[in-house]
Amino acid sequence: MIAKKNDWVRIHKVILEVGQRAPNIPEETQRVPLEMWDKGFLLNESANIGDEVEVETYIGRKVTGTLIEVNPYWDHDYGKAVPEILYIGKQARELLEEGEKND
Amino acid sequence: MTRDNSFDAVMARKSEIMKKSVGIDYDIFETGKLGFDYERMMKETGYTLAEIEEIQKETTVGNTPLYELRNITKLARKFAKEGKGARIFIKDEASNPSGSFKARRAATAVYHAQKLGYKGVIAATSGNYGAAVASQAAMRGMKCIIVQECYDSQGKGQPEIIEKARKCEAYGAEVVQLSVGPELFYSFLLLLEETGYFNASLYTPYGIAGVETLGYELSMEFRAKEGRDPDVCVVTNAGGGNLTGTARGFIKAGAMDTQIIAASVSLEGLHMASDTQFNKKSFTTGHTGFGIPFATWPDRSDVPRSAARPLRYLDRYVTVNQGSVFYMTELLAQIEGLERGPAGNTALAAAFKIAQELDQDKMVVVQETEYTGAGKHIMPQLTFAKENGIKILQGDPSDEVPGETIILPKDPSYLCIKDLDIENTKKSYIRNCIKNNNIDIINKEDLDFLVADTKSDENFVRKVLGELEIKVKEEA
Repeated sequence: MIAKKNDWVRIHKVILEVGQRAPNIPEETQRVPLEMWDKGFLLNESANIGDEVEVETYIGRKVTGTLIEVNPYWDHDYGKAVPEILYIGKQARELLEEGEKND
Repeated sequence: MTRDNSFDAVMARKSEIMKKSVGIDYDIFETGKLGFDYERMMKETGYTLAEIEEIQKETTVGNTPLYELRNITKLARKFAKEGKGARIFIKDEASNPSGSFKARRAATAVYHAQKLGYKGVIAATSGNYGAAVASQAAMRGMKCIIVQECYDSQGKGQPEIIEKARKCEAYGAEVVQLSVGPELFYSFLLLLEETGYFNASLYTPYGIAGVETLGYELSMEFRAKEGRDPDVCVVTNAGGGNLTGTARGFIKAGAMDTQIIAASVSLEGLHMASDTQFNKKSFTTGHTGFGIPFATWPDRSDVPRSAARPLRYLDRYVTVNQGSVFYMTELLAQIEGLERGPAGNTALAAAFKIAQELDQDKMVVVQETEYTGAGKHIMPQLTFAKENGIKILQGDPSDEVPGETIILPKDPSYLCIKDLDIENTKKSYIRNCIKNNNIDIINKEDLDFLVADTKSDENFVRKVLGELEIKVKEEA
């Protein structure tokens, strides 16, 4: 058992299988299912990752899906160093200073 | 009783679900064979400007600061012909409660939902609008669901969209995240049906009327500070609502001479519904992937008749490359001391070039900024691009190939804009009106509708109709 009732969890569900998808979408999109992710409080007594579960979302909706994460968190950040942009401010400041000298 | 929730069955119930969830019977505005009475729709279902100002005041939306960008103006003049280089201003819409101008749209939509007695609101958006609706719903004690297109089939998501999901959750909303595909609309309809919540669509009259205060405010501020209206207003364009609302606000202020220029990031060559190309783009909004389809067919939106009709109002439409927008975002922080989100700076990148075409006593205003944060920032967006195999180069931005390269202008002189042929865009719109209504003859009132909806004249529309072999039934 990894999650117990009322734990905050993330679930995953396939909404449309391959073959059920809308026509007129690109082939590479046709070849994959339409998937959904949602979060909520676990309603089952207990569950393991990969189990089919039911959750109550933050606003109180009941949704079923596969349990994929317990206590999910955001890990997006400010990225890595991007040295390619370092010239921008330096160059602009130099150009502005030059401008003042010519005025 | 169990409902048939298959894709086809739900899509077939679309107009019934829509009517219940927006509280508007769009049928009564239909006229002729393809037209509808736009102004009547805006008047009967919307609010007056004065009412909207009151509604927005309740949640402290609007009245954002107006900055003059003196250093960016100075830099633009350095690379302009003698005597050229208009003053550049920016409206700091990031100061709104949820960090973007979208708070204006959400304020009216959520107010209206509450007035009609809905318990909650739903919006389908991967953009700043989600946070705006969630924030307004929190202020008014309503429930909120945001439906986002977020991940590709590998489960990889744009950092910009993930940040917006986080922000919606911060305001207590439920965020339903989906993988790539237009069937998001199917999930959206199911949620509307299940919850009975209000469809806080970006494209209802409330959503558009909410932006009118932005154009109106700008005119009033310029008159107070500079003694006259701005000469040009540059608007970042995606679904067309920002442009439509702002332009209508200028008109309501009597600012008839302010030129309205749309600007979008060019994502030419990338297909928006493609699972494999989804993460090859480095902008998730303000781009041509929305801008062009919505301009040439506004009624593709999530309501039967979109109140966002950019061709009715725009005077010019320019595109900029991704590299130029990132470059301007960095400049805005480095020489103006304003760190803001990249997507909102699309119009600013265009304004830099537009100002260089104009005399120094002219004034160009960029009508929005957006908040910045983890994920939604030049560094994570460029990091993500690199991880997806995109090369970041310094050089001539006109060489950029979306999905392969991002080219930062080598110096300010390299920044460039590309004019879209708007005659052609207007032609495409007329062609879509004919095709989607499947007709070969129209009435005089349809003709008048097409003239107004393309801000053109009768000769132009008749010429296009002639090329399409469409007859106009003249009145008896």
